[in-house]
Amino acid sequence: MNAIQTTNLTKYYGKSRGIEELNLTVKKGQFFGFIGPNGAGKSTTIRTLLGLIKSSGGSGTVLGFDIAKEKEGILKRVGYLPSEAMFYSGMRVRDVLKFSADLRKANCKEEAEILCQRLQLDTSKKVEELSFGNKKKVSIVCALQHKPELLILDEPTSGLDPLMQREFFEILKERNAEGTTIFLSSHVLSEIQRNCTHAAIIREGRLIACDSVEKLSQTNAKRIQIQGNVDIASLENIRDMKQTEHGISFLYGGDVNVLLRVLAKQSVQDLSISEPDLEEIFMHYYLDGGEE
Amino acid sequence: MTMVKHELRQNRISLSVWTLAIGFLISVCIFLYPEMKGEMESMSDVFASMGSFTEAFGMDKVSFGTLLGYYSIECGNVLGLGGAFFAALCGVSALAKEEKEHTAEFLLTHPVSRTRIITDKLIAVILQILILNVVVYALVAGSMAIIEENVPWKEVTLLHLAYLFLQIELAGICFGFSAFLRRGSLGIGLGVAIMMYFINLIANITESAEFLKYITPFGYADGAEIVSEVALDEKLIVLGMLYCVIGIIIAYWKYSKKDIA
Repeated sequence: MNAIQTTNLTKYYGKSRGIEELNLTVKKGQFFGFIGPNGAGKSTTIRTLLGLIKSSGGSGTVLGFDIAKEKEGILKRVGYLPSEAMFYSGMRVRDVLKFSADLRKANCKEEAEILCQRLQLDTSKKVEELSFGNKKKVSIVCALQHKPELLILDEPTSGLDPLMQREFFEILKERNAEGTTIFLSSHVLSEIQRNCTHAAIIREGRLIACDSVEKLSQTNAKRIQIQGNVDIASLENIRDMKQTEHGISFLYGGDVNVLLRVLAKQSVQDLSISEPDLEEIFMHYYLDGGEE
Repeated sequence: MTMVKHELRQNRISLSVWTLAIGFLISVCIFLYPEMKGEMESMSDVFASMGSFTEAFGMDKVSFGTLLGYYSIECGNVLGLGGAFFAALCGVSALAKEEKEHTAEFLLTHPVSRTRIITDKLIAVILQILILNVVVYALVAGSMAIIEENVPWKEVTLLHLAYLFLQIELAGICFGFSAFLRRGSLGIGLGVAIMMYFINLIANITESAEFLKYITPFGYADGAEIVSEVALDEKLIVLGMLYCVIGIIIAYWKYSKKDIA
């Protein structure tokens, strides 16, 4: 069964676009990254899946439950981490955690304690006195303490220091190994490349790529770095051209033989051909509008 | 139940401040009565001959010279307005504050249906109004028993009952507004309460504007009228409760399909 499945899911805010005909499939047990720049529709997708907003078209299921009709079934089994955590002022961290557990009619005391300890969260502090990063930790504990089947995390690492980020992903990996499906949105690509097994890229409300991280990283394009004074004006399929100190660097998507023939006629001091990282692929999808 | 408790906890300071402020003011006024009694008798004629001003506050129907007359006018202003403000604020912020303070995203991603949340918030609003009125009534009853032997219990109770209905009606109407609002809800709550109060003043002054009594809950919570008739105007109260229920239905209708920002 799929953890998340949407069919032509569309959301318009009045006339402005949220998402358009989104077809997203996340299988159970995947560690799934959802990549896109600000305003691409990541949060809109997540908020529609959770029933905070109503879709304008299409349909979707989360863990087999319909997003329009069976919200409670979904919410019972999902842990959600909002990108901007806000809590009721005047409450202490432990009250917030207790309130969240009570709303779920669950006793999560033990798990909450373990998580707070691992994330070094002081539960006696008042929530409005917490820094952004510490508020995020409260959200993390709220999302994880009831051991949900599916974790939906909206930009989970913003505000966390690198050590905390590592601990956080450590926890997520443990949960994933126990069978929890993880769906996280981010615009930090290295984070997704390092941790996720699968990823989807969203651009201007549309899904433009969805595959395993491994396959997404394998495109025909290569990163070419040349030292020396060369003229490559005759080459096609060149992207992301940059002037470096002693030469140029670009993404090349054409025939390698053609490239070599052009370069052979010129004076090249040094040449390197490498696989582009996810960041570069991301740029490729974004700057050129992907495969459309 | 979790939600009701949470709401009451969140509002406990505001509820205590309003309850004590209204209770204190109204008790002070009652304790001032024995001293003012003598002067009031002579003042009564003056108050009764101020034309439309007299009518606006119902001073043509009761005498300031009696505890009941004095109380019905004074109570009308302290509990009537104070209670109306509290109820309106309570009702209008109930749903709107979640989005204003960005806690909606936290609350509504828990497995609790929107209907359940609306119901629990409504229960919390009504409970708060009941608490305020019971405490104020107890303080008033205590104060009156201290200064006067023959307390007109029936009239006093009817007065307080009318104010309770008034507050519930305003809270219900404002609850309806609350479902639509994100920001500026407090202003709208206060606005509704003040507008209703002035509509009643106009209805009292102008014969041709009497129909306005059917709009404002202050129409049936008119201290002077209740004291002189020793009865509540059931027709107006039923109509008022109807407005209240309409407000609540609108809240359910709107909030259960609202896009949460």
